[in-house]
Amino acid sequence: MTTSEPTEPIPAPTFSRRRLFTLGAGAALTAALAACGSNTGRGSGSSGGHGAPVLSQWYHQYGEAGTEQAVKRYAAAYTEARVSVQWRPGDYDRQTAAALLTDAGPDVFEVNGPTLDQIQGHQVVDLTHEIAAVRPDFNAAVLAPKTYRGKVYGIPQTIDMQMLYYRKSLLTAAGVRPPRTLHELVDAAHRLTTRNVKGLFLGNDGGAGVLGGTPLFAAGLELVTADGRVGFDDPAAAAALAGLHTLYANKSLLLGAPADWADPSAFTQGLTAMQWTGLWAMPQIKKALGDDFGVLPFPAAGNHGRPAVPVGAYATAVSARSKHVDAAKAYAKWLWVDRTDDQQDFALSYGFHIPARVSLAKKAAKLRTGPAADAVGFATDHGHASPLLWTPKSQTALQDALTRIIQGGADPSAQLKSVVSTVGSELSRVLKKSGKG
Amino acid sequence: MPSRLLGPQNRYLWFWVFTGPFVVGLGVFVYVPLLWSLALSFFDARNTVTPTHFVGLSNYTSVLGDSAFTSSLATFAVFCLFIVPATYALSLALALMVNRLRLARAFFRSVFFLPTACSYVVASVIWKLSLFNGVRFGLANTVLRWFGQDPVAWLSTSHPPWYWLVIVTVRLWLQAGFYMVLILAGLQRIPRALYEAAAVDGARPGWQVFRHITFPQLRATSVAVVLLLVINAFQAFDEFYNLLSTARGYPPYARPPLVYLYYVALGQGQDLGIGSAGAVVLALIIALVTVVQARWFGLGRKEE
Repeated sequence: MTTSEPTEPIPAPTFSRRRLFTLGAGAALTAALAACGSNTGRGSGSSGGHGAPVLSQWYHQYGEAGTEQAVKRYAAAYTEARVSVQWRPGDYDRQTAAALLTDAGPDVFEVNGPTLDQIQGHQVVDLTHEIAAVRPDFNAAVLAPKTYRGKVYGIPQTIDMQMLYYRKSLLTAAGVRPPRTLHELVDAAHRLTTRNVKGLFLGNDGGAGVLGGTPLFAAGLELVTADGRVGFDDPAAAAALAGLHTLYANKSLLLGAPADWADPSAFTQGLTAMQWTGLWAMPQIKKALGDDFGVLPFPAAGNHGRPAVPVGAYATAVSARSKHVDAAKAYAKWLWVDRTDDQQDFALSYGFHIPARVSLAKKAAKLRTGPAADAVGFATDHGHASPLLWTPKSQTALQDALTRIIQGGADPSAQLKSVVSTVGSELSRVLKKSGKG
Repeated sequence: MPSRLLGPQNRYLWFWVFTGPFVVGLGVFVYVPLLWSLALSFFDARNTVTPTHFVGLSNYTSVLGDSAFTSSLATFAVFCLFIVPATYALSLALALMVNRLRLARAFFRSVFFLPTACSYVVASVIWKLSLFNGVRFGLANTVLRWFGQDPVAWLSTSHPPWYWLVIVTVRLWLQAGFYMVLILAGLQRIPRALYEAAAVDGARPGWQVFRHITFPQLRATSVAVVLLLVINAFQAFDEFYNLLSTARGYPPYARPPLVYLYYVALGQGQDLGIGSAGAVVLALIIALVTVVQARWFGLGRKEE
């Protein structure tokens, strides 16, 4: 589940990874068996009752109640084709990746991507024409990773982002102000740590997984520059990562909590004074803590730093193996371009996401006040998405280095040097490929 | 003519009726994927199982040059060198103790065997969430707290590598009972006459008898147990994955080859070429180890 996106809506916060994995294995088996038989979720034939095609649409399982009914309701309202919605629990990225290799895959599907390999492998089709009329209305930061050589391969659905939640009362009691620099964050986490409460929770691995490129953005750097070169070959990067090790070495970090960073339990149960988690957790935190919390972006690191939050979006894509590519494209356009009411409903009536369309995000009443408004501001002003050219291999290299630096106290400059070389060769590989094809 | 094809009493027909489905199954689910994977290892196969771009041995050089892969082999070697002797010693000790019991032997045999029925996934979850979680109310940390120690984040600490304690104990708990039963069966096959003869010759019960009678007599059982342990160790995946993976991947430590390959070939990367090359390398290593081991133990040689 190494994802190239910095954020992912948590499928079901109450599920453990093991449960997800077990379910995923089950679902994968079911999919495999379905592929052997005729039950591919496309209905009985290739066309519906009135000569209209039957489209199969896949979603990953959202944890929030009502989402499944909502997406089925949207699909049922479409008249040009019969759409059968599949709600897929488990390891969705792997399921779609496997299904796209076969003819039993979906026609229209949501994807935490599409990835560069999926685009270069011609597994998903070009949707530029479908969104042309409203292209400037999409949040530019999340549309960029869906765009390859000027063409758009996925329609962003909703924006997810992550940020730092802090408990106001605990900070006041310790006489700490909300941290505005990485240095202040290290200091605050240290002063907030007591025998029973840790200062900061960045995930059970100490932050390597969830933070990814965020500390580099906060140091004023990029993962990949606009002209396709490594964007963090800079001493500022090493300094920022060294700060993360200080957090670990000071024993200010909560580690080994029963629920990982994506779930706000550690924060709401008082195991930690500050936690890095997603916007999706805000309703749960509000319910548990009332107004006793505030939100912050990842604070600026170093002299040229700036605050940063990771943003990302699940997008709707159309499979190139679909038997009804045109019908599928028309449906994707209808739902994710034309039906703005449904898009609004999907983003905010069940879970808590920012609509990918700027005009809709501005209209949303729920996003106008308090921490939610702060979050929208962070996403707009400080949002960074994982670039399309940032491949899983690059992500793994950075994450491995982060783990070694944070937990093992390895030398940040040496570790970054090897990441820069891995990412450099990945970039030249994918750019060479795009030159050819 | 047809009767010749069917054989006497339709024996050929019945032969194929009975073996046919299994031969087909073996071919479809074992040999075809095996050969397909071998073919994929020579292609640039990203997100496809029908690649067209032949790359020769470049997948092999790339996987062997990847320090993550070579370090995963080292991880595995360390794990194997520790877990095989440890499980063997523990199983042998348990078997010897249970074998000496006169009372409630069946009870203890069942108690020690029971964990075998537990799945690796379930056991890993219990180890991770209840026994060895990093917060103050985990069992291990509760015990530490009684002695005034700070809680330890067992699975997130690489200096010292506490995660090995979690990984090794879960496997020991799960498999020691199973091998204990195998060794127990071996112990019960040792003729009593040997012990009586040793007693007559003045051998002291205890170490001397164990060293010269019990252990040599267990040779066949021991060879089988060690072989099974090594094969099981090669297949290490479940407890590693379930204990250490997070939503964002897997830490760079304690990463055995199967976990590495899983992330490379079946993750979002879907690099089936590199994945297949790694699998072939791993298969060759397993084959080599098995051959060496069989030679070493004289497996298949006639018992003297």
